[in-house]
Amino acid sequence: MDALISQYIDPYYLRILMLIGINIILALGLNLITGVTGQLSMGHAGFMSIGAYTSAILSMQMGSPFFLSLLAGAMVAAFFGFLIGIPTLRLEGDYLAMVTIGFAEIIRVFFLNFEPGGKAVGLSGIPQNTTFVLVWTLVIIIIILNAKLLSSRIGRAFYAIRENEIAAEASGINSTRLKVLAFTAGSFLAGLGGGLYAHYMYFIRPQDFAFMKSIELLNMVVLGGMGSIPGTILGSVILTLLPEMLRIVAEYRLLFYGALLVILMIFRPNGLLGDVRVYDIKKKLQGKKVGLWQSSN
Amino acid sequence: MIWQQLLNGLTLGSTYALIALGYTMVYGIIQLINFAHGEIYMIGAFVGLFLVVNTGLNIGVALLGAMAFCMVLGMLVELIAYRPLRGRASRLSGIISAIGVSIFLSTLMVLIAQTNTRRYPDIFNIQTFQVGDLQVSSLQVIILVVATLLMIGLQLLVQKTRVGKAMRACSQDLEAAYLMGINVNRIISFTFAIGSALAAAGGVMVGIYYNAVWPYMGTMAGLKAFAAAILGGIGSIPGAMIGGLTLGVLEILGVAFLSSSYKDAIAFGILILVLIIRPQGIMGQKITKKV
Repeated sequence: MDALISQYIDPYYLRILMLIGINIILALGLNLITGVTGQLSMGHAGFMSIGAYTSAILSMQMGSPFFLSLLAGAMVAAFFGFLIGIPTLRLEGDYLAMVTIGFAEIIRVFFLNFEPGGKAVGLSGIPQNTTFVLVWTLVIIIIILNAKLLSSRIGRAFYAIRENEIAAEASGINSTRLKVLAFTAGSFLAGLGGGLYAHYMYFIRPQDFAFMKSIELLNMVVLGGMGSIPGTILGSVILTLLPEMLRIVAEYRLLFYGALLVILMIFRPNGLLGDVRVYDIKKKLQGKKVGLWQSSN
Repeated sequence: MIWQQLLNGLTLGSTYALIALGYTMVYGIIQLINFAHGEIYMIGAFVGLFLVVNTGLNIGVALLGAMAFCMVLGMLVELIAYRPLRGRASRLSGIISAIGVSIFLSTLMVLIAQTNTRRYPDIFNIQTFQVGDLQVSSLQVIILVVATLLMIGLQLLVQKTRVGKAMRACSQDLEAAYLMGINVNRIISFTFAIGSALAAAGGVMVGIYYNAVWPYMGTMAGLKAFAAAILGGIGSIPGAMIGGLTLGVLEILGVAFLSSSYKDAIAFGILILVLIIRPQGIMGQKITKKV
């Protein structure tokens, strides 16, 4: 399958498609924390790096099979998400944002000084096990699980916490427990995405997971539309493609990127698909059909 | 030894405090984390450098020039990137817009000045005094004095003038201030101008003190200053001053007694510990949420 795909798709486009898939996984994780539950996390790249380094070290130095490394990376990231979640989720809004930034920076500095991780030079020679089919199979599975989760009782509770935490608690929702749950699940996806990234890129360094990477992921969630799965996917696609398309303007690329962020926020302040859910679209379509039928009578 | 570290820490901390003040004032009024603030600080350092090197101005005049330039820049940023969002977007959109501005400004500076590190020319005839065991450089004295003067000036402005009163009113309740006839947009603009001027002063002084100015200097300094503002309790002006000094001192002590390769981690580690014990920061007031 993979051989077939690499035969028909240009390597450059294949690379972009892979990165889009990995970014969708990462962004869906952040969407659970920030978009759905409303807890502003600005350190998603930190959890990503935990997954990337754990899985890469396991694969390279322990010779563990790829799937086991991936899973272990995601689990370790989830564990740290859980660990950091418990004491910090009492904090609100921007205090939480600062702690997540701080945590990601601490992890980055840790890897900068971490002997088995190659310190500042990074790790190279990671086996390139991540394939197109694997990434996109995982993307589809994760989208389905995400959609199921968000329309479940727990998912509703996540949205309730975002909308009004006190009202949610008054309705019998244990908000601390659910926030930790969202944080853990989001970190799991970050670790998974990190593992896939490491086994695709062949080479990772601590600065690949710096503050700007977290911001890039946050942009995907906010740009597409907070809390919406189609929005997050759209945001990931656009923000992975955008830097590639801006290559024509060469060194002015980031200048345009920055300006575009501002312009998009001015014209679509709630994201391109702010809070659009598949369910709502379906309802709207059905509603329209009913309307047509009524008017024709 | 410890006194020496304390002095170095206070010098570093006073520059953090100058930047943190801009964060906290803006936050106090419109609840926006202005991530472009670090870039304003960086541009301030560059403008000061440009004025000293290319026009041969006295450093004091260059400092004022950089402050004036950043005042205008800060107001411009507010006008273009934040004002159109106000009142009709979630707070996150404001943050993303601020990040957009930050990327834009740092890239612009890379295009203008390239990525290499610049140095202030050696015109300052820096002297070192020996006070007991303490080595005090004239530069440290100047930084501490200028920072203190600026902070006293700010405190007077906020507490004693009409504009300051309007600023305080806006930070208490923007809408009520508006209904009382305060031109809210002008006050917000003014807040950005003052915050940016303080950051520019910090930028010029750090540029001279560490003898390095480069386009990416704003990122880490901005994060640290934001950490300082949070540490002190965001929205509180004395909090930002105390937070900045505390963070500077603790960071230098951490480097001296633990390890310099963990320098950045130490600052953030302290911050996380403090917030776990005291979630509202040192000077912040606990806000009871109402439904």
